[in-house]
Amino acid sequence: MTAVTYLEAISQAIREEMRRDESVFLLGEDVATYGGAFKVSAGFLEEFGPERVIDTPMSETAIIGSAVGAALMGMRPIAEMQYIDFITCGFDQIVNMACKMYWRSGIPLPLVIRGPAGGGTHGGPFHSASPEAWFFHTPGIKVVMPATTYDAKGLLKAAIRDNNPVLYLEHKLLYRLPELREELPSEDYIVPLGKAIIRRHGRHMTMLTYGAMVHQCLKAAEQLASEDGLAVEVVDLRSLTPLDRQTIKESVMRTNKVLIVHEDTLTGGVGAELAALLAEELFDYLDGPIMRVAAPDAPYPYAPPLEMAYLPGVERIVAVARQLAAY
Amino acid sequence: MNEAERADLLLQIYYYMRLTRAMEDRTRTLFLQGRIVGGVYTAQGHEATTVGAAMTLRDGDCIVPQHRDLGMHLVRGVSPRAVMCQWLARGNAPTLGRDGQLHIGDMHHGVVPMISMLGESLPVACGVALVMKMRRRSTVVLASCGDGATSTGAFHEALNFAAVQRLPVVFLIENNGYAYSTPNAKQFAIEQLAQRAGAYGMPGESVDGNDVLAVMEAVGRAVAHARGGRGPTLVECRTFRVRGHSEADKADYVPPALREEWLARDPIKRFEDYLTAQGLLSAERRREIEARVRAVVDDAVAFAEASPPPDPATVADYVFAPDGPIAIVGEPGAADPRYVNALDTRTGRPFCTMSQVEEAVTQL
Repeated sequence: MTAVTYLEAISQAIREEMRRDESVFLLGEDVATYGGAFKVSAGFLEEFGPERVIDTPMSETAIIGSAVGAALMGMRPIAEMQYIDFITCGFDQIVNMACKMYWRSGIPLPLVIRGPAGGGTHGGPFHSASPEAWFFHTPGIKVVMPATTYDAKGLLKAAIRDNNPVLYLEHKLLYRLPELREELPSEDYIVPLGKAIIRRHGRHMTMLTYGAMVHQCLKAAEQLASEDGLAVEVVDLRSLTPLDRQTIKESVMRTNKVLIVHEDTLTGGVGAELAALLAEELFDYLDGPIMRVAAPDAPYPYAPPLEMAYLPGVERIVAVARQLAAY
Repeated sequence: MNEAERADLLLQIYYYMRLTRAMEDRTRTLFLQGRIVGGVYTAQGHEATTVGAAMTLRDGDCIVPQHRDLGMHLVRGVSPRAVMCQWLARGNAPTLGRDGQLHIGDMHHGVVPMISMLGESLPVACGVALVMKMRRRSTVVLASCGDGATSTGAFHEALNFAAVQRLPVVFLIENNGYAYSTPNAKQFAIEQLAQRAGAYGMPGESVDGNDVLAVMEAVGRAVAHARGGRGPTLVECRTFRVRGHSEADKADYVPPALREEWLARDPIKRFEDYLTAQGLLSAERRREIEARVRAVVDDAVAFAEASPPPDPATVADYVFAPDGPIAIVGEPGAADPRYVNALDTRTGRPFCTMSQVEEAVTQL
């Protein structure tokens, strides 16, 4: 058995689900002949043929709309956004067509929309998006963001088998990261949607995070342990919708302090909702303010010094964690 | 088709045109009486287009209708009771009161629910047709939109994708002259919308949308083209919206002479004259049909009025579908209740959009 990358795990998940279930198919820009802009679907065309791996015109509304139509027919389409930034071109199909379908009509819509999200790759303002908050806010769609190779595969399989629209946000910085290479189980497995995981146990504070920021938080936690003697608990949410409120609350009830970290911008971000939830439900347990580390309220920049200043990193996380610990 | 069968067919068409008009007339009355709380959109003058187009379909085909397509719904078997429950926002309406108007559907009977963003249903129609193509079926999708929706990006993306993939879709434009208050001249700069077909590499045809037999002929050709695996067609039906955009719109921006001109071309009157001249519609036959139409409408209204409002306690329910197997619609055994999409899992009962399962509506 060989260790695979986060990207290979995604590829394996789609390939295995397409082998297992003939209703699963993939459509998007450059996904067939070219194998996808990041080569997630390399070799798929040869194995599954052009009817199950469909190169589409440059038309996100047609891609997502067709996926909706196929899902209405009981298929399980996977619609790829070449970069998740382009999801805005198909926004109406998601928030008005897909998200309200079961609620209005009783017709389930088993549909996955996936694509590379996140920054750190010098992609600039149109190839670095973290769009989760828009969809986190919208009833009727599940939102998942895997941080590890194991989860990348297991969450995607669970998303494909789910009977609802699922937005699966893969972080492109993690695609080929050597330290994320992992040997995966040879047997079929899923990671259920709506279950967070504690990546590191600790009693002094909880870091709530997801996606690529999980790794930044783990590095920060390590530094805080060795330099400050702080035991930081790192909770990887994995799914934003459904949100694992129980794991979040149990952790904060143990540590009494919480730092929320996400790559998306601060205002109205997922962290704002987490903070509100904790303030409402765990007020008596909190021994300090609920604090957040996020990107500034500005569009994503291109030049490396700007990008470095924009992205939350270990240094900022450590600095804010120390403020919180001093309370 | 022998002569008697043809006569029956023509009278059936006439019945559906009359039923469509009568349902909408009654809907307007309910609105004016304050019994319908939201917007009401009707389609007087569209009956030849909506009924004629839908008459060309068979079992297994699918419609992707818009807000003025009651005629299409009725021909395909949508229940007048379900329609009235929608208008009156009842708890047993197909959307359980969550949505109104003709925003209803049932995939097992080939009706895709629309949304208010017109044009957005066309890419969805492509997805349905894509599955028909994948499953090697000889079924087709009839997807409609108005002249206004032809200005959307979704219209362009859908027609282009359908043409590239040679999908079995008939795109039907109901060009009724106005998108709300905006006339054709401010909406597009070509003479006929059917000309757009050439840009997508598909056949296009423009037809008198107030002549039901002409509509059936043109759409029938397009349906045969799609059924034969030769891809999509764009059919423009030229008609007119003789009333307002909604019943709250007086439409005083429409020149009176223009409206008069189109009122004189009323599709039902025209077809009636044709049937009479052919000796197919006696005064007695006509009275029979009128009585039948009235009975259906009365029953639908009475049923809806006696139906319960939705339970406020359910307001946050049904956001997500439950787990379980999903059938591919149209495959053998797809109606097996073990499939999550076989029944309406919100209620645990059959979908109540179609006439065939009206008893499901009654039981709720």
